[in-house]
Amino acid sequence: MSANNPIAMEHGLQSCHGCGLLSRPAPGAEEGRCPRCDEELVFRKPRSLERTMAYLIAAAVCYVPANLLPVLTTNTSGGSESDTIMQGVVLLWSPTGWPLSLIVLFASIMIPSAKIVALLYLVFTVKRGSIQNNAQRVRLYRMVEIIGRWSMVDVFVDTFTVSLIQLQPLMSVEPGPGLFFFAAVVVLTMMAVESFDPRLIWDSASAKEIKREVQHA
Amino acid sequence: MPDTEKFSNVPEAKAVPKKRTRLSLVWVIPIVAAVAGVWIAVTKILEKGPEITITFSTGDGLEANKTKIVYDGLTIGTLTSIRLAEDHTHVIATAAMSPKTEKFLVKDLKFWVVKPRISGLNVSGLGTLISGYYIGVQLGQSKEGERSFTALESPPVGGDVPGRFFELQTKELGSLGEGTPIYFRQIQAGQVVSYELDKGGANLNVKIFIQSPYDQFVTPDTRFWNASGVDLSLTAAGLNVHTESVMSILAGGIAFETPTSDSPLPPAPADATFTLFDDRTEAFRPPPADPHTYLLVFKQSVRGLSVGAPVEIGGIQIGEVTAIQAQFDATTKEFSVPVTISVDPARFGVKFLNFPKSEDRAANHKRIMDALVARGLRAGLKTGNLISGSLFVAINFFPDEPPASIDWSQDPVQLPTKSGQLEAVEDSVAGLIKNLNKTVTNLDMTVSSVRGTLTNADKLLTSSDKLMGNANNLIAPDSALNAELNNMLQQGGDAAQALRVLLDYLERHPEALIRGKTGEAKP
Repeated sequence: MSANNPIAMEHGLQSCHGCGLLSRPAPGAEEGRCPRCDEELVFRKPRSLERTMAYLIAAAVCYVPANLLPVLTTNTSGGSESDTIMQGVVLLWSPTGWPLSLIVLFASIMIPSAKIVALLYLVFTVKRGSIQNNAQRVRLYRMVEIIGRWSMVDVFVDTFTVSLIQLQPLMSVEPGPGLFFFAAVVVLTMMAVESFDPRLIWDSASAKEIKREVQHA
Repeated sequence: MPDTEKFSNVPEAKAVPKKRTRLSLVWVIPIVAAVAGVWIAVTKILEKGPEITITFSTGDGLEANKTKIVYDGLTIGTLTSIRLAEDHTHVIATAAMSPKTEKFLVKDLKFWVVKPRISGLNVSGLGTLISGYYIGVQLGQSKEGERSFTALESPPVGGDVPGRFFELQTKELGSLGEGTPIYFRQIQAGQVVSYELDKGGANLNVKIFIQSPYDQFVTPDTRFWNASGVDLSLTAAGLNVHTESVMSILAGGIAFETPTSDSPLPPAPADATFTLFDDRTEAFRPPPADPHTYLLVFKQSVRGLSVGAPVEIGGIQIGEVTAIQAQFDATTKEFSVPVTISVDPARFGVKFLNFPKSEDRAANHKRIMDALVARGLRAGLKTGNLISGSLFVAINFFPDEPPASIDWSQDPVQLPTKSGQLEAVEDSVAGLIKNLNKTVTNLDMTVSSVRGTLTNADKLLTSSDKLMGNANNLIAPDSALNAELNNMLQQGGDAAQALRVLLDYLERHPEALIRGKTGEAKP
């Protein structure tokens, strides 16, 4: 990265989140609005790391009961049966059903945890002012952003099942407490992704470059 | 701003940038999440009820995390693990009970596996065909806590239903089984709980449960009898059919009744033992007060006589046959059949028993028996049923019999016997056959002599035949005799001719007799 790349913030300019328009902040005002799309203008997302961290911790806390509590309770005339996500994976695991089982395993167990770990990594590296693997870290961020929403598939399928299978008194399916925690994990990680400002990855790099230029001069 | 100018010499306050140490509101989210998580964890831990172990004889139908412990339709626990015991003879299951069930877990809490059961006409647990087996619970009364239990093999009977358990003793189980109904005045009043052989193996102890309020009708004098099937009796009044219920015909049953008495007895204590009789008649037969045992020795065949066959006097049963043997008398070289009978004097009626009090009981008995035998009392066998040929012992008086006496030194005392009618018939038939045999032999001899006579007659006929042949030959047309006869007859004819000529001549010439022929001798 060359120092010649202009950075809006360094020049006292704000870029709009909504339409990308560069504008000068309104003089003396606490907040400015984009003259084109009326979006609130900030140099960087306020308290990005702190908020991301808060969401991540909340997601990590919810992740535990999401996996330990049953997500679905099946009531048949013979009795009721509650299954956690992991039990569902085991239940689906069969010579013919193993792809389904893997999908559930990835989408519901591995992706949420991977998201949390990846975001924690990003937050810590930005905090530390690391300038290594910037491109890799941004790619990681994008992957997290894209893949993350697919975790909601599990919640979606479960709510579908619950609403469809209501054959009282023969059989009915009820959501378990685990499902709410799981949905919370997905929502919280998505909010964490949203609140993380990827531009921060570059900020420390440009700051160091500026410092080096100053020393050279 | 006049004031500012006025106080221009007043020092300006130091501008301190406001520290933004206040925590962002966003931290509420992880705090809420943490609180929710902790709350769930705490309730989970608090919800965790006591853990118990239940020992089953078999793990059939039990599944960890599936099989429920159900009390009154409510799940109060779930089996969490099932493992084989160290000695491999039974199965130990661990169950997680619902919270607040601690006070149920007392020493006499009963568990059993609820599965489909069909015993007699009782069908239970059909729902478990679909839902799978579950574990039933019956609460206990004990105050002592307990955490390890042994499951029952079958559901406990009674349970919360008030009532009492009793025990019946019987020789044979018949069609009884667990759940067999027990009737009181044809109302189902209880059921058979279980049965087991006693230690000696001679009797069966049947445990029964009589529910309240019927249990108060069970007194120490109550009679229980087997009411299975149909009781048919043919009397002068017609055919009587007696049965407890259609169900008892199919599945068996027990009935009980308490003899009506002036002073009702108090109800029998729980677990009292009773005898199970075969039928109502037997159940209400008064127990023999002082049975007398006699020995009857028969020389005839006793085929058709069985142990238990009645001993009757005047058609009324007064006792029964208790033993039948065969014996060989080495001195007389004779076979005989000693039959032991037991006679219940209580059935004779009052007059027999009404002897003077001063007299010794045994001596009185001897005296009466001696007198009876002297009057001709004899025991005999009679055919009770012509089709089956069953016999019974009939005691009757035969004054014409040769006198007999009782030898009181023997034990049991031997009563004189008389051949029964059948024996007499047999004897006479045998005599008849003997006579017939003789007659036949005589007839045989007669026949052989007749045969000799016939042979002689045959010979006679043959010789007469010859004679006739000879005679035939003699009179044949070409026989010499015939010819000679012809000749003779011709000559006779000739002689007659000559005689006629002579007579004619004499008629015409009577003088010729005197003078003879005169010249004219030529005709």
